[in-house]
Amino acid sequence: MKINKFVIGGILVLGAVVFLIWTATTSTSEYFLTIDELHAKGASIANRNLRVSGAVIGDTIQYDAQTLTLTFEVAHVPADNAIIGTEGGLADALHDAVVDPSRERMTVQYVGPKPDLLRNEAQAIVTGHLGEDGVFYADELLLKCPTKYEEAVPEQAG
Amino acid sequence: MIADLGFGVLVVTFLVTLYSVFAAIYGELKKIPALVESARRAMLLTWPLLTLTAGILIYLLVNNHFEVQFVYEVTSRSMPTYLKVTAWWGGQAGSLLFWSWLMSAFTSLVTLRKWDRDRELLPWVTVVSGVTMAFFIGMNVFFENPFAQLYQTFSGIESHTFQPANSILFTPQEGRGLNPLLRHPGMVIHPPMLYLGFVSFVIPYAFAMAALITGRTDDRWIRITRRWALWAWLFLTCGLILGGRWAYDVLGWGGYWGWDPVEIAAFMPWLTGTAFLHSVMIQEKRGLFKHWNILLIVLTYDLVIFGTFLTRSGVLSSVHSFAQSAIGPLFFGFIGLTLITSVALIIYRWANLKSETEMKSLLSREALFLLNNLLFISILVVCFWGVIRPLISELFTGQKVTMGPPYYEKASGPLFAALLFLMGIAPLSAWGHSTMKTLGRALWKPTLLAVAITVWIFFTYTRDPYALIGFSLVAFTILVTLYEYGRGVYARMRSQDENMLEAFWTLTARNRRRYGGYIVHLSIALMAIGILGIELFQVETQGTIAVGDSLQISGYTIKYREVASWDNLPAGVNYTRAVVDVYDREGNFLGNLHPRKDYYFDSQQPMTIPGQLASMKDELYVLLINWEPISQAGTTFKIFVNPLVNWLWLGSLLFLVGIIVAAWPDKDPELVTVQEGKRIPQTSAAD
Repeated sequence: MKINKFVIGGILVLGAVVFLIWTATTSTSEYFLTIDELHAKGASIANRNLRVSGAVIGDTIQYDAQTLTLTFEVAHVPADNAIIGTEGGLADALHDAVVDPSRERMTVQYVGPKPDLLRNEAQAIVTGHLGEDGVFYADELLLKCPTKYEEAVPEQAG
Repeated sequence: MIADLGFGVLVVTFLVTLYSVFAAIYGELKKIPALVESARRAMLLTWPLLTLTAGILIYLLVNNHFEVQFVYEVTSRSMPTYLKVTAWWGGQAGSLLFWSWLMSAFTSLVTLRKWDRDRELLPWVTVVSGVTMAFFIGMNVFFENPFAQLYQTFSGIESHTFQPANSILFTPQEGRGLNPLLRHPGMVIHPPMLYLGFVSFVIPYAFAMAALITGRTDDRWIRITRRWALWAWLFLTCGLILGGRWAYDVLGWGGYWGWDPVEIAAFMPWLTGTAFLHSVMIQEKRGLFKHWNILLIVLTYDLVIFGTFLTRSGVLSSVHSFAQSAIGPLFFGFIGLTLITSVALIIYRWANLKSETEMKSLLSREALFLLNNLLFISILVVCFWGVIRPLISELFTGQKVTMGPPYYEKASGPLFAALLFLMGIAPLSAWGHSTMKTLGRALWKPTLLAVAITVWIFFTYTRDPYALIGFSLVAFTILVTLYEYGRGVYARMRSQDENMLEAFWTLTARNRRRYGGYIVHLSIALMAIGILGIELFQVETQGTIAVGDSLQISGYTIKYREVASWDNLPAGVNYTRAVVDVYDREGNFLGNLHPRKDYYFDSQQPMTIPGQLASMKDELYVLLINWEPISQAGTTFKIFVNPLVNWLWLGSLLFLVGIIVAAWPDKDPELVTVQEGKRIPQTSAAD
């Protein structure tokens, strides 16, 4: 009997942990999509929690300092590191994406301070949802500039 | 020339390390003491050699030798000398060298011990740490040479270890410079602290493996390495806290921890290390959980290697990640190999590691410690799952998924709460057998007070259920720990006729491990106050205002006074600073804040430094976002109020005090235990 109570206790703890991880996983995980994938999925993903990465097109950055509303367009970049490798690394892949007018694009809207790293050919990783108007409403905006440094440095807003 | 010399010394070090490993193995197996001794001496040689290598690298860094690729990548002329020195660990190749250098220092420290005391263990300790070191030095020699130089060839500028045919050395005029965000005192010491923590965990692992190899599986290895593990834990904790503080001060997003994969990579060995520190106590006192302890240190070791790798590769999409690199598969190979070897050794010695007694009561100290271990491992599983689920999902369904902070908070929150509760009661339960009744007697007074405090919080501050649960647990843990501490002091005051301060001091000094532990527990509870405050009650506002206007938030009035810019400062920076006045609800002036925006024009890198007004109640955190240089009409501020956040930093300081109390060298009781029955040594050995 002595063994049993420890086994039962252990199973209870284990069960609780599995339950915790399971519920947390199902309720919070975000799908990470490229812009091509996003457009391919169409309406089925409206209002779901998404994370999308793309190359920032510098000319489209608009910032209204009164309302702190930031809008910009991002162009499709492949998510696969192998493909990025064949395009000559992330910096080149981002550059190609921005100069290629045939790439799929997406407009992003974000309310908050304008991040320091937001500039042409930066990689933007936005978290939020796709509105019915086709604009991506971002709650979080993460930027990486692989061109300058070996190290991409964190910047988070939102 | 000098760079070639550096590489040459590095290669020699690599060979010396390999020699030491093989000489120790062969000498031990064939019982040739002279060979083992030569292995020891070879190992002692590695530290001076690596110091020389590092000295050469630092010479190159400080003197702007941009023809060396590493120097070109991490320094620039405008950087002050101390930053050029610390740029040593600012890039991949240099930080691997830094790792090896620390590893050789620690191995040398171990090697300098009197060998006759642990003759059978020490050669194998050298072997295990030597293999680890050889792996890291090998990385530098074959894949990430910090001394590779730039050469102009027909096809462009390339970096090579040896000069290719038909090429000339290429020296850029200026280096790329360390990322300005990393030019912060916190960032200067954060990586070395983390690495110190990482590397010092290798030593307990090496002793554990030596114990398995030699079959000396009593708790000797634990007694030798307990203090190593504590110092390792101290450094690792320090590294994590400094990283958080840096993020809070420099990144300007009002937070300190983002559940980024790299943060988690450094946090995972901390979790297993913490579990290890707790569960070795049960082995020492009760002879239980021997398999488990070795498994924990193996896990810690491999998570340390994994952590080093994650921070230095682009395998996960992380804000810290470095460029893609060839060293990934090698790291995984090494982790796999050491894991399999270690587990095989544990299975081989399975019978020798049998528990000496068995657990009897669910409320006994050992049972509660086991629960503590389960909780730490559960948090580890939460973290690990969060890190690898995206990889698994992509591999099997082709669907990229991310696990953000909400996942980690949801999954680990209840586990942290349970740990907080356990922290309160476990130190009060007895070894072997404990009942509700005995525990209840020790707990009822503080529990009652904790309930009263919770009720008071409910009526005065907040009715948020999470906050109430959190604060009641914090109150419970603090009160129980203080009560227990106080009882000890009181008993001493009566029995020894000492005053309170004296009693407190001698009690702590005589039972450093116990009371150091209590101080650490108290500090965690204080940190929890800060974390609850910022996580649950952070408020923010933002607005664009003209000079003379003000913004209101949580009873503070922030009045915008002026903004000024300075361009072309010597460090290569444009500097813009706003001045705001802060008033409280009654209109009393509290002080000026100077939120800043620095713009490093070489690297086009802006940097947002908050203006902070701190108190134990909350912290006002003002960011300068945007400004109109001429009219001063519209300047945008983002303002956070982070309630209670300074309890987190206060707790961090107390945490360090607690570990130092616990880890402070004794008059070597371990020597006394070993030589029991022989003679009592007069000296206090230098451990």
